[in-house]
Formats: sequence, structure tokens, C-alpha cells
Amino acid sequence: MSYNSEYHTNIRYDFIANKKKFFIFSIALTVAGIVSLLLFQLNLGVDFKAGTNMDVSTSQTVTKEKAQEALTEAGYGDIAPTIGDGRLTIRFTDVLSQEETSKVEAALKAKFGEDVSTEVNVVSADLARELGIKTIWAILAASLGIMLYVMIRFEWRFALAANISILYDSFIVVAVFSILQLEVDLPFIAAVLTTLGYSINDKIVIFDRIRDNLRFARIKNEDQLAELVNASIWQTMARNLYTVLTVAIVTVFILILGSPSIKLFSFAMLIGLISGAYSTICLASPLWLLLKRSEKKKPKAAANTAP
Amino acid sequence: MFGKRIVAFLGVVVVLFGVIAWTSPWVVKDTKLGLDLKGGLEVLYRAESFEGGAAVTADNLKKTAKSLQERIDATGLVEPEITTEGSDRIRVRMPGIADDKKEEVIELLMKPINLTFRAPDGTVELDGTDFVENGASVTYDELNRPMVSIELKDAKLFEEITTRLLGQTLSIYLDEEMISSPGIDQVIPSKSAVIRLGTGATIEEARELRDLINMGSLPLKLEMVYHNSIGAKLGMDSLKDTVTAGVIGSLIVLVFMIAIFRVPGFVAAISIITYAWLLLLVQNLMNATLTLPGIAAFVLGVGMAVDANIITAERIKEEIRSGKSMLSSLKSGSRNSFRTIMDANITSLIAAGVLYLIGDGAIKGFALTMIFSILVSVMTNIYFSRFLLTLLVRSNKFMKPGYYGVKEAEIREL
Repeated sequence: MSYNSEYHTNIRYDFIANKKKFFIFSIALTVAGIVSLLLFQLNLGVDFKAGTNMDVSTSQTVTKEKAQEALTEAGYGDIAPTIGDGRLTIRFTDVLSQEETSKVEAALKAKFGEDVSTEVNVVSADLARELGIKTIWAILAASLGIMLYVMIRFEWRFALAANISILYDSFIVVAVFSILQLEVDLPFIAAVLTTLGYSINDKIVIFDRIRDNLRFARIKNEDQLAELVNASIWQTMARNLYTVLTVAIVTVFILILGSPSIKLFSFAMLIGLISGAYSTICLASPLWLLLKRSEKKKPKAAANTAP
Repeated sequence: MFGKRIVAFLGVVVVLFGVIAWTSPWVVKDTKLGLDLKGGLEVLYRAESFEGGAAVTADNLKKTAKSLQERIDATGLVEPEITTEGSDRIRVRMPGIADDKKEEVIELLMKPINLTFRAPDGTVELDGTDFVENGASVTYDELNRPMVSIELKDAKLFEEITTRLLGQTLSIYLDEEMISSPGIDQVIPSKSAVIRLGTGATIEEARELRDLINMGSLPLKLEMVYHNSIGAKLGMDSLKDTVTAGVIGSLIVLVFMIAIFRVPGFVAAISIITYAWLLLLVQNLMNATLTLPGIAAFVLGVGMAVDANIITAERIKEEIRSGKSMLSSLKSGSRNSFRTIMDANITSLIAAGVLYLIGDGAIKGFALTMIFSILVSVMTNIYFSRFLLTLLVRSNKFMKPGYYGVKEAEIREL
């Protein structure tokens, strides 16, 4: 640990000198994600795939055997229900008609009593396709909007570095869900987009600090620029950690105590939060430095070749 | 003993928390819960044009949606929310509908909306496609009694039917309900005809019949894409668990804020509670519906609210460390953090705005809560926080750096 007297901050680690490690780690993770998406795709939930999903809630204890019996009686013996605490989720691979769902409900009521309450979701395939396409458009449009604003308020290098990092964060959430084969539904999309929003929030804070420091610093060489970026990272470190920690506390509580329907949502949020905090410190700022450097080199190179 | 500013601070906080405590039961009770929380029914239709009928246009889609609304209103079971989506979708939401009424409404909605004119033996002589859309109107006879005139597309067809059924009745049905059964007293060789109502019929009855007929000749054919029946019990469970989790998490965060940031942390806690209350209030006043993704956005909003306070508190700490006085530390700390927080909030606002414009259903609800949340957050966590903190700093009671989480040893000479 050393104290940097120019920027009045403790430097515990040089993120800039070690940027290659982070880049390699992130590229490896991205490649793993792409491979997983190509090989295993996403475990698409009923929101994105034609089919019927039935959530059942009852005051009686639900056992796998009893639930399976009820399903067999209704003619769906090949479908394995997921059992929770007083709860039961049945995923049908086809779109069930009104009579078919009523039949299943009746079979469940016969097994678990009259207070069975069900939540039935039916989505047709073309509607889901439309949703998927809309989501991709939403992500692209949102990042475009963010890019434009950062270009106006900061400069294009910040905008590009920020955009690469936030798209990376969103992708990591998708990649982890593909690798772990967790179900992707509508709230998942909300989580990915919130990741986008949080991540950009973080990037703005650190870029704002770099911009601030640039105003007062006299940068003569690359080393000084690298020192400035590393010091900026450390100046905002406390805020970064506190914020991630507080949001993570709320997210973890919802993950543990929240209703099953938003458990996966909070898990996606948690991945996004961690990835966002990591990419803010280890990717975004080094990326900006890389862009800034290559611009600085050009006039020098031109001067060298000229006689 | 305390000084003017401390009294002002306490006054503001006491009055504010009084108002919050007083209005909270009402705010919580009046919050409009969405389908996923309250339970209910959601049906999505796709509109197609009838064979040889009107094309699917935005105007026709709206007309069809309006007819659908009248049809559900007529049952008196539920207040539906009906929206048109895309170029050919109609979404019907019926939150809070009783479990035992669901079947009835589903059946009603699943039936084709069909206007027919039938012979006494039940044969359908004319159906919705034979009439001019919205062609029915209320007229009066020579004795000023109200009657309903209708218009057909094909005069010959009507002439043929009235010739064949002369002296009999031609009953008018909307689906299976007979709404009127006029007798044919002459052959009608024209496109228009009148339906005479019984003696003593009122103008209201005539209008109702006109609307029913117009409703029957829907410009578009509706096909149900899906229906979504949600048990209220499951929804309420979800709500309770999620709210409890959010509240516990938030309380821990507030304690954490006070432990680390001391005076600014305490002010942050007040602002964050105010923020949460104000956001609920705004949602109520805007008549927005709170859904599960909306609650998620709400909890995330709390995270961003905390962040705004942390950025300010950290910046003030830095200024104190640089050796500035408390008041000038507060001033420059607030000024420097303001720009950061605004830039961060505006970028999030842009992302939320794009979501609102592009997404629909759950995503729209999420985005809307996020937009409200950012606006309320700027008001409370920037301006209100700064106002409270200024009162405390100017009171000269909290001059030790320790009150701001700064150690004496860290302070440099200016």
C-alpha cells in the first residue's frame, strides 16, 4: 500500500499495470458464454417459448408423488413437476386449452383440497418471438441512447469504453444463465436492463472523476496518465464498494426471503451487480486509457516518420 | 439551548414524519395493485379482418377495443383495463375479479361477438357482416316515439327476407341473447329498416339497442392469443414475501449508512424514507399500477437513492480531509457530487425511457416505476438531503470531523 500525495489517495493495487490479466479473464468468460450459448442455448421460460406454465399454491404439504399422481390422472404423466414449500410448478411443453387446464386443476383439487390456487400462463410461439426481438431492440436502443448522452456530456472515448463495459455486463448475465441453464423469463429481461442502468451509473461516477482529475493535471507522458487513471479508481473505491454492498444486501434479502417468482430475477441482478462493479474498476477505465493512448501515439509516430 | 437551525431541522423532520405516519395507511391501501399481485384475468386478442370486411387499421382496432369494453362493462363484474397493442393486438386486463366469476368472464370473452337476425324457427337470416358498421342510429316516428334504424349493405337481401317472413317476426340476437323481436308488417325493399320498440319504450332503451347493434357489427374478428388466469392468493403471497425482504434489506442498509457516515448517514436515512413514501404517493396520484417487476424497480430505486447519498457523503469526507472548513466542505462536496449524481441519474432515466417506449406489459410497468423513482430520487436525495445537512452544519453543533466519519489524523493542512 502506498499513499499518492498528488491525488491524496491510498493506492493498494495497480489496476492499470495489471489490466492484461483482467482483459484476458473477461475475454475468456465472454468466449465461454458464447460457446455455452451456441451449444446449450438458453433455458427459455414460458414467456419466450410456446407452452403453458401452471403455478399451484395450496395449504397442504405437497409431495412429489402426490403431484405426479395428480398429473398422471389428468393425462400428463410424462411431465415432472417442481415441488416447493406448499407450492408446485408444472411446465407443460404444449399450449393447453381451457378444458385441459381445467382438467389438471380438477385433478389437483382432488389431491390437495379445494383451496388450491393456480396461476396459468399461456403464450403462443409467435407472440414470444415478437417479445424476444423487442428485447434485443430495447437493449440496442437503450445503449445507443446512453452512448449519445455520454458523448455529449463527456467525449466519444468515454462513451465507447462505457458502452463496451455495459454490454459486456449484460452479456455476462445472459452467459451465466446459459451456463447454469437457469430459466429465462420476462423479469429476467428487466434484470438485464437494470444491470445496464446500474452499470452505466458506476461508469459515469468513475469517468466523472477521471474528467475532474484531467482538468487540474498536467499530463506529460503515458505513465502520468496511467497514474491518474489508477488514482481515480482508488479515489472512488470506497463509494463503489459501499454502493455495491448496499444494493447487494437488498438483492440478497430478496433472493433469500422473496417470493419464488422473483428469486431468479434477484439472482440475475446479483450477477449483474458483481460484474458491473468489476467492469467499472478493471475494464472501463483501462479501456478508456487504451483508447486515449492510441490517439496520443499517432501524432508522435507521424513526427518520427517525417524527415 | 439548541439554536434556531437545530429547531428548524427537528421541526421539518417531525412534521414530515408525522405526515408520513398519518398518510401511510391511506397510501398503502390506495396503491393500485396489478394483476400479478391482486390476481385476476388477462386476455390478449389478435384482430383479423372479416372475409371481405374492413382492414385492420388503428382506427378499427380502437373501435373494436371500445366495443369490447362496453361488453365487459355491461356485465358489471369488473372494471377492465383495455389497451391496443402493436398493429393488431387488444389486451384486456381485469384485476381483482373474483375466482368464481372468472369462468363466466372467460366464457363471455371467448364467444364470438355476433349480431344475428333470426327467423321464428331460429334460422339465422342476417349476421354482423351484412350490416354497415356503426350504421344503427336512434330515430323517432310520427308520434315522437324512439326507434332504431339500421342499415344493410345489400338491399336485395333484405327485400327477399322480408318477403319470405311477412307477418312473422324477425328477432334480433346478440350472441344468444334476444334483444328485440319486431314483427315484419311490410316488405322492405331498401337498405335501411327501423326497429320499433314496444309501447312506452324510453330513449335510453333505444340508445342501448343502437349501441348493442353497433357493438355486434364489430369491424374486426377477434382471435384469442392467450389468457392468463392468476390466483389472488399466490399473488398476495408473492407481495408479502417480497415486501418483507425489501424492508429488512433496506433497514440494514440504513443502519449501515448511519454507522459509516454518521451525520450525513443519518440525513440520508431520513431522505431515503421520505423518498420511498413519496414514490408510493406519486404512483398513487398518477394512478399507476404496481406490479411485481415494479416492486423490483422500487427496491432498485432504493439502491440508487442510497448511492446518491453515498456519493455526496464520500465527497464531503474528501473535502474535509483536504483541510477545508465544515461549511465549505459541505458546499464544494455537494456541488461536485451533484454533477456526478445528475449524470448518473440522467443516463438511467434514458435507459428507463427507452424501455418504456419499446417494452410492453411487465417491462413497461418496471420502466415507469424506474422513471418515477429517478425523478423523486433527485428531489429527495439531492435537494432535500442537502437542505437538511446544511441546517445541521450551520447550527455549528456538529463541527468535529468524527461526525462525518473522518479521522482527525487524515486531515491535511490546506
